[in-house]
This record gives sequence, C-alpha cells and structure tokens, in this order.
Amino acid sequence: MSARETILKNITANKPELVELPSIDLNAVIQYSDLVQQYKTVLQSIGGGTVELQNLASLKQELESRVAKGDFVVNRIAALGEVSDSLASLTADELAAVDTAYLQGAVAVAENGAIWLYESQMGNRLLPFICQHLVIVIERKNIVPTMHHAYKQIESAKEGFGVFLAGPSKTADIEQSLVIGAHGARSLIVYIIG
Amino acid sequence: MSHNSTLKHAEAAAQFINDEPRTNWHDETLWFVRQKRDKAAHGLPEWEQLREWASQVKNHTLSNLDNYLKEFESKAQDNGVIVHWAADAEEHNRIIYDIIAHHKIKKIVKSKSMLTEECGLNEFLHTKGIETVDTDLGERIVQFRNEPPSHIVLPAIHLKKQDVSDTFHEHLNTEKGNNDPQYLTEAARQHLREKFIESELAITGVNFAIAETGGFVVCTNEGNADMGAHAAKIHIACMGFEKMIPRAEHLSVFLRLLARSATGQPITTYSSHFHKPRQGQEMHIVIVDNGRSRQLGRADFRNSLKCIRCAACFNTCPVYRRSGGHSYHTAVAGPIGSILNPNIDMRANADLPFASTLCGSCSNVCPVKIDIHDQLWKWRQVLVAEGYVDTTKKVGLKGMAFLLARPGLYRFAGKAGRAVMRLFPWIVNNKLNPWYKQREMPAPPKQSFRDWYLQNKKQ
Repeated sequence: MSARETILKNITANKPELVELPSIDLNAVIQYSDLVQQYKTVLQSIGGGTVELQNLASLKQELESRVAKGDFVVNRIAALGEVSDSLASLTADELAAVDTAYLQGAVAVAENGAIWLYESQMGNRLLPFICQHLVIVIERKNIVPTMHHAYKQIESAKEGFGVFLAGPSKTADIEQSLVIGAHGARSLIVYIIG
Repeated sequence: MSHNSTLKHAEAAAQFINDEPRTNWHDETLWFVRQKRDKAAHGLPEWEQLREWASQVKNHTLSNLDNYLKEFESKAQDNGVIVHWAADAEEHNRIIYDIIAHHKIKKIVKSKSMLTEECGLNEFLHTKGIETVDTDLGERIVQFRNEPPSHIVLPAIHLKKQDVSDTFHEHLNTEKGNNDPQYLTEAARQHLREKFIESELAITGVNFAIAETGGFVVCTNEGNADMGAHAAKIHIACMGFEKMIPRAEHLSVFLRLLARSATGQPITTYSSHFHKPRQGQEMHIVIVDNGRSRQLGRADFRNSLKCIRCAACFNTCPVYRRSGGHSYHTAVAGPIGSILNPNIDMRANADLPFASTLCGSCSNVCPVKIDIHDQLWKWRQVLVAEGYVDTTKKVGLKGMAFLLARPGLYRFAGKAGRAVMRLFPWIVNNKLNPWYKQREMPAPPKQSFRDWYLQNKKQ
C-alpha cells in the first residue's frame, strides 16, 4: 500500500465522530468607530507610516522626481505614471537592487494594519519582499474592520499568490530587541487616498 | 537529531539553572512575551469567542480529516502543485532528497519548519553531503552554533546578544564585541540575501492548508519564507497533515489568534497565500503523518493535533521558563511538546509529561483550547501503566499507594513522621531526601488534621 493509502486509511479508522463546523457571527466581533484612525494607529505601532491624501497628485510628483534623480524605483500603479510591466522576467539579483516599489493594495484591515496584495498588483512575487522600501496605496473605502471582513472582500485563491502584508520586515530574534528590516523591506509607507 | 537524548529533562534543567542570572533573565524574557500576549488578547472583546471558534473548527476538521486531505490534494494538483505523502520522518526526508538529487541541486535555503526539525531533515541531508541554509535569523544563529532551536517561535531565546556577537564574529566576520542587535541583524541580512539570490531550491513549512482551495499559508515576520520561495526555481512546502482547515474564511479566525498568542503582535508581517507555482517554477507539498494518525486514534490525546504552534504555552509555563527548551531534548519543547512527543517515542520521551507542575496555565492561554495540563496528567498514567517511568518513581508511587490504601498504617506513619521531623530533623533535612533539594521541609504540625477534626467536631 502506498503511503497515501496507508495514511488515509489510518485517519479514517481513527478519526472521531463527525463534529459540526461553527458559524462565525460577525456581530460578535469588535467594531471601530473610526476605521481610518484605527488603521493608522495600529500600522504605526508595528513600524509602518501612513499619509492621508485627497488624490495621487503629490505622490505622482514625488515618484517623477525620484525617477528623474535616477533612483531605481518600480511603479505598479497606472495612476502614478508609467507602469513597470517586464518585472516577471527579472531575476532575484536584478530585483535586489530595487530601492522603492510603489504598489496598489486591494484591502486594508483596521484591526492589524495588514494589506492584501494580489500577485497581479506585485508584477513579480518577489518584489514586495526584496525591495529596500515599500510604498502601498489604498483607497479609504477599502479599509475594513477585521480579518473576517477582509476575507469576504478578497478572493484569496483567485491568483497563484497573494499576501497580507503588515508593516516592514522585522525580527526580535536577538535578545528580543526589535529590529526593523530583517530580510524584507526596511520601511513601509501607506498612502490612504480619498 | 543533534539533541542529547540521554539526558532527562530534570537533569538537563539542573544544568540550565546552574547559571542563576541567566535563568532569571530567561524566565523574565519569556514572561514579558506572555504579557504582550495578554495585552493583545485583552484588546479584543471577542477573544474567548475566537478561541471557541478556533477550537470548534479544528475539532470539526479532525473529524473529517481524510475527506479534507483528499479535497486539498485534488485542488492542489489542479493548481499545478505536486503532492507527496510521507508515512514517517524517513520517507519525508527521502522524498526531499530525491527531488534535490533529481535536479542536481547544490544550493538550498530553508525557512522555519518545526516539521523538518522533527524529521531531522538537515542532519539527514548532511549525511548525503548536502548543506541547507536556515534563513530565519534565530535559526541561522543556532545553526552556526550547531545547536537545535530552543523554542518553536523564538529559536535563539536561550542566547544573549554577546553570544550572537561571538557567533557572528566567527562565521560572518563581524566586529568583535559589537553586540548591537541592529548591527548584527544587518550583517545577517546581507549574508542571507546572497544565499536567497543564489539558491536553487527553497524549503518552507506550512501554517495552514486550505482544503477548499488547495492553497497553503506561511506566516513570518522577517520575510525569509517568501525571499526563499519566490527566488528559487523549486519550492517544497512540508506539512504535518493536521495543518488542514476547511475553507479560506477560517483563516480569519486563526490569523487573528496566531500572532497575538505568539508574540502579542496583531498579525505577523507576512501571511503569504501560495496556490500555484509561478511561471517556470516547480512547487511540491509533502504531507506527513509520522505518528499523527496514531495520535488521532487516542481519544485522550487526539486534540493535541489542533495545535497551531504559537508557543503561548511555552511562554507561560513556569517549568519551561526556568529550564530552557533544550532540556526537553525534542524538536517541539514546552507543554505542547510534552504531550506530542510521548506519542512519537514513548520510551525516549517518558520524562516529559513529568516536566510540569500541572498548574493549567498552558491550557488557559492555548488559542485552540487544547486541554494540555489534563493530557500531561493522563500521559503520566499511561507511562506508568506501560512501565516507562524509572524505578525510584515507580517504587515511590507503589509505596504511596500501599500506604494510602491502609488508613491505620497511614495514621501511624503520619504520627511517626511528625515525631521524627520534630525530634530528629537531620533525618529528613539532608541531601538523601530529594524533596529537601532547594526546599526547606515544612514545620511539622503538632497533630494531624484528622486528630484536630475529631477533637473539634463536637464543639
């Protein structure tokens, strides 16, 4: 018998009687009076920064001036200007030189500061992790209270890869001292638009 | 595994506490993590409801596990993922070795996976001449030092920054005596970026596997699992079969609980959802049993398989905090390890269920409501019945049972004991009495409770 058959046979023989799944009642979970304020407070507490903007004009200017200066920046947001489309073919070595990536986030979660990114928003799966600094733009209306709400809004299996990203990369593996910038991005700024 | 399996928990703990300042530091550091967990838990009014949901989802999943595993396998295969099944550690290691050998891979990075520790993967590959680079910072530190992790979430929690500085000076040529965590982390970042970029194959663990979608979620703060998996042309994800959950919506419950319970963070920095290999990539999942189906059949112990590896039970445990992870001589230490490991090897791990005060704090903080302290107590009974406890414990317990079954003799022994302690205290206050070690004997009462009761009940 193959390992698969043996394992499944043993599980069938040993599993307990069927127990019902609980239903998750959203009325039982925390509510926030001000989602944006809650989001900003939590993100700051985990090392990220936030900027509220009416529209993308000033961010567009910032990006243009960085491109003019010759910084290696990657833009994935059409409203900010030319989008880098050829990322998929870049090697890890090439992507490691990216200073800042500008990405559009799908949903932001007020309770924990996380943002859902689809693979199509990254252009390359490695980009949000290997870039030195990360800028993510989200729409004010796409901030939801909790993870329960977030999973209702996204389709987590729609693309090959997706991530909830909360703040810059961090570690406390050396004597519990918090250090920002472990392997991934050293900083995260979230622009809240609208 | 490189664990010293001959030393029992109590002996290893005795060595650990020889360094009193370090023991106190270890104790306080983990208690601080426990306090951060409390703060995060108290921030959510529905915390207890969340634990209940998580517990029920896991109970349900275990009761339908064979069907969920088949559903998961079939969806993952539809997604273009290659699924393997391993009955035990040896088969798990061989499957991975075969993939490595088939592609003639030389450069391998691995993110934290307690399953691969449980299976002794690194040591196995080493015997085949293949070196794996652990990429979690804590794991890289202990790997350089040729030690196993001492904690499942904080692998290097037994080390001070001077230790890390010395290790990095030796292996990464950092400045001698520079103990700044920022500086040391930056050195590891540069060193490991090179490893990520040149790696051909990445091994990761799995936090949750979703039956409905065939996908799996990996949680890290550092981003090392993603750096490895997205850079390498082959990704192997290894999972114990109990990682299964029914649907994506259930991730919300577990992701809300996991990091809050582990470190007090509202969520880990990265909760990565893998469904399909990227263009040109090969993705494998290895589903491992290694004793889990046997544990599923033990009604008293099966719900240990609900564990999501947050380590809240470690951080709260008065014994873990004061004995260190290495004294448990197994990949998963702490209270949860003490109820999982006797299933894997009863003889080798018979000491572990006794490494507890049965205070119950572990069960109180467990995000999926495993009755850990009850199971520790039940394992003790199984181990004694099966003859796996040492002779002194067995003789002591037998003597106690003999005495307690004979009330007249019990009363006589009590009287004699009180008299001895009063008149000849040196008979019990010496090194031959293990109870006297690190304790003062209590002052002997003048009379037993029974005598007092008989004397006073008429009043």
